[in-house]
Amino acid sequence: MTTTSASSYLNMSNVDDKTWYIVSAIVEDKPGVLFRITNLFRARNFNIESITVGSTENADLSRMTITTESDEKTLDQLVKQLRKLIDVVDVKVLDIERTVYRELALIKLRAVDPTSRMEITNFASIFRANILDISKETIIVEVTGTPDKIDAFKNLVNHYGIIQLARTGVSALPRGTHS
Amino acid sequence: MVEMTGAKALIYALEKEGVDIVFGLPGGANLPIYDALVDANFRHILVRHEQSAAHMADGYARIKRKAGVCFATSGPGATNLITGIATAYADSSPMIAVTGQVPLAMIGKDAFQETDIIGVANPCTKYAFQPRAPEEIPEIVKKAFYITESGRPGPVLIDIPKDVQQSSANMKFPDLIKVRGYNPIIDADLTHIGKAVELLLKAERPIIMAGGGVILSGAFSELQVAAELLMSPVVTTFKGKGAFPENHPLAMGPIGMHGHAEANKIILEADCILAVGARFSDRSVGRFDEFGKGMNIIHMDVDPAEIGKNKSVDVAVVGDVKSSLRTLVKMLSKKIVKKNADYPWLKRRVELINYYAESIKDFPRDLTARKALKKLREILPSKAIATTEVGQCQMWASLHFDVISPGTFFSSTGLGTMGFGFPASIGAKAAMPEVPVVDIAGDGSFNMTENSLAVSVLDNLPVIVFLMNNYMLGMVAQWQRTFYNRRYMGVHQRCCPDYAKIAEAYGAQGIKVQSLQDLEKAIRSAIKTDVATVIDIPIDPEEDVYPFVAPGTGLKDMVTGS
Repeated sequence: MTTTSASSYLNMSNVDDKTWYIVSAIVEDKPGVLFRITNLFRARNFNIESITVGSTENADLSRMTITTESDEKTLDQLVKQLRKLIDVVDVKVLDIERTVYRELALIKLRAVDPTSRMEITNFASIFRANILDISKETIIVEVTGTPDKIDAFKNLVNHYGIIQLARTGVSALPRGTHS
Repeated sequence: MVEMTGAKALIYALEKEGVDIVFGLPGGANLPIYDALVDANFRHILVRHEQSAAHMADGYARIKRKAGVCFATSGPGATNLITGIATAYADSSPMIAVTGQVPLAMIGKDAFQETDIIGVANPCTKYAFQPRAPEEIPEIVKKAFYITESGRPGPVLIDIPKDVQQSSANMKFPDLIKVRGYNPIIDADLTHIGKAVELLLKAERPIIMAGGGVILSGAFSELQVAAELLMSPVVTTFKGKGAFPENHPLAMGPIGMHGHAEANKIILEADCILAVGARFSDRSVGRFDEFGKGMNIIHMDVDPAEIGKNKSVDVAVVGDVKSSLRTLVKMLSKKIVKKNADYPWLKRRVELINYYAESIKDFPRDLTARKALKKLREILPSKAIATTEVGQCQMWASLHFDVISPGTFFSSTGLGTMGFGFPASIGAKAAMPEVPVVDIAGDGSFNMTENSLAVSVLDNLPVIVFLMNNYMLGMVAQWQRTFYNRRYMGVHQRCCPDYAKIAEAYGAQGIKVQSLQDLEKAIRSAIKTDVATVIDIPIDPEEDVYPFVAPGTGLKDMVTGS
């Protein structure tokens, strides 16, 4: 489970027959569920880009959002093997066109001189990102958006020196009345 | 609502599920359960090693077609069960394994005999429970039985901390439970079965490939009706051996690495394969990419995840195969024009059988595995149960021991666990004491769990160990002979121990035979006697198993060895 590489999200059409997918799973909110799911990925050799887990509208259910770059056959197996787990209540592959999906990233940048600070602040405002912390030598920026937007911001500010980076992975919901 | 301890609730819940026998071994962390067992109305069989307890529960389950139950303590007791649990998982066998665990407050403290057995067992259990309070136990047991036996069966672990066993609570025993994320499909989609019917009606050379799913769902008569309606030859996977009577005029026997030559050959000539409860394993089909090329493949299975896992298919029918076959037969019988027994495809079947019967020669010796197993089949009643160990003995059984009565044969086919057969045969005997039970064994495997002789003798579960003894880890030796230029390493068991004496030391009967006549006498004596019998049969260490499809090759690359 690694964080994303810059190009993978930008080119969502076929790269070596692989496509970027968002899989949304509703799972029981109890101990050991995350372990079972990640263990399944390891045991069956599934390659996952990101995985997020959080609460849902139901107190006893969690939503797990998994992104993976995969061929159709592997995706089909991933979904079926997930469904087979007793603690997994529902699994859907989201239609990207009809899905709202977002990721959040915290990026700590080197910003020693005033010019860098100004530029970073400007870029942040263009990307509707927030400055969360400033010290004499660093700035922490919070960027929210699709993974490719975060990649774009990251590429833009890379040369200032990224000291630390934390990405949450993707959260997603289908648009409108689609469930 | 009744007040009782967690341990008592466990025993009562097991009684409510109709459990009549449990295989186990006590230790520090499951003492409360053993205390409650004193008053249980079912039998407890004390094993000499927990691995055997799991195999016995598995053997029991495969014959009863309901969950077998085994008990072990925490730590090493629980880890010793794992090989047996993994064996059951690989072969989709229903099993409830109940382990003791250190008290709740000690979990995670690296306590004495503490193992995270839920973590260890995760990849080889269908589910695992760890009750945190005694009142959770009744519902957990009910759910465990539902999960282990329904859908595609598989072992379920219940790991109970010692204080949860000991403390009391008001217990409610539910009659109905629901598991939200678990809804096994029973009846398949009719349109999918309709598509299968279309393909089968078009087929000129249909073949049925019956897997273990047929045995698990008990779809024996449905399979037979379907085969006779289609006039289709029936091959099985090794797990499916005995899903179809092997003396039936449409039977071809198992396919695969050591399948029947005629079965491996005919499946390549078919134009439509109906795979029933089979998972296209590498050992059965050789290369996934080559197998079934240019043919229509219909796949019936209860597990949706099996569809397309190893092999892409043309029609998938997801549901219990008994129900699917029943519907298939109904739909087929309305439309089918029944073929005569002399239509070309069936003639081809006979041609292939005759060809290989003549061309595959037996090893040049008076007493061989083939002759011994044919003799066993000749004498053993058709209702008798046979299981096997793993290795050459297992493959010889597949080739030379015909299963007449469906569901009377099983083996560790998925995991290939040496040492499985003997304890599993004891479990099978417990499930069906009225018929003879034989473990078709080799010396390498029998060595691994031979201490179960104590159980067989003391608990009056007499089985027959049909020990084909070449004092070798024979299958490994065969591979070293074939692929490593006879550079033998780690395969010689030498003449140790003396198996007849081992048997006698446990109070069982040990018979060493030298000829087919001796063997015949020994088998008859073993069937008659009321103690376990080990028949020590000398096999030449150079005797190989043929035919052979080498790993990584396709069925077309089969070598017949002659």
